[in-house]
Amino acid sequence: MTSTLAPAEVEVGQPRGADAIEHDRPWVVLVWNDPINLMSYVTLVLQKLFGYSKQKATRLMLQVHHEGKAVVASGTREKAEYDVARLHAHGLWATMRQD
Amino acid sequence: MFSHDQRIERTQEGELRLRLPRAERELLRGLPTELRDLLAAAPADPNLRRLFPPAYEDDADEAEYRRLTHADLVEGRRQALRVLQETVDNDRLSPDEAHAWLTALNDLRLVLGTRLDVREETLLSGLDPSESRAPELALYAYLSGLQEEFVAAFGGGLLQGTEDTQSV
Repeated sequence: MTSTLAPAEVEVGQPRGADAIEHDRPWVVLVWNDPINLMSYVTLVLQKLFGYSKQKATRLMLQVHHEGKAVVASGTREKAEYDVARLHAHGLWATMRQD
Repeated sequence: MFSHDQRIERTQEGELRLRLPRAERELLRGLPTELRDLLAAAPADPNLRRLFPPAYEDDADEAEYRRLTHADLVEGRRQALRVLQETVDNDRLSPDEAHAWLTALNDLRLVLGTRLDVREETLLSGLDPSESRAPELALYAYLSGLQEEFVAAFGGGLLQGTEDTQSV
């Protein structure tokens, strides 16, 4: 954002822009911490489903473990729903929401 | 080299070689039937809730998600349990069979762990035999250990090429 943008222009542009942003906002897939799934298993599932390196999968798993949740994927609503269903098939506690 | 001590080992062809004693196989043989029966007879049993967590906060979205996915999720679990039961005596598992074992073992742990109300701090060593939950906690601990062995066997070569040497 620049400092030369006049407030009037923002007002005019906002309604249509807000609609487009609402529509385009990506959905995020979250995995939540739970006391049953093994840390090693969660890492393996993230590698298998998303093709992440062991390093990236481990980092996400540790974020889930220490912070309670982590965003493991994002994209269109259809893509997110597909990913959540695959995570559910593997027993992970996954949810989705629009970012 | 510890290969002689490994009970579950991944071969170069991607199969898993199992060296499990008879008693463990007998224990594993009966478990899939119990969970398949529960899925069929009492699909709303609260102990099954961790198998089917909600995807959406919104009730209408969640109802639609369940309508689209629930039957497939149930069927996938039934298939994995069936493969575990049918291959419980095998000394070798194909990659697909091995993944089915991994899924079935995890599902059994999810249901048993929910029933036992397992927490992060639940101690699985030094169980008090007089406690009423002790037999099921021992089973849960056993399944957890076996699943760790499976994950370790997979971990070495699941995704060759993207693998690195970083460990937890």
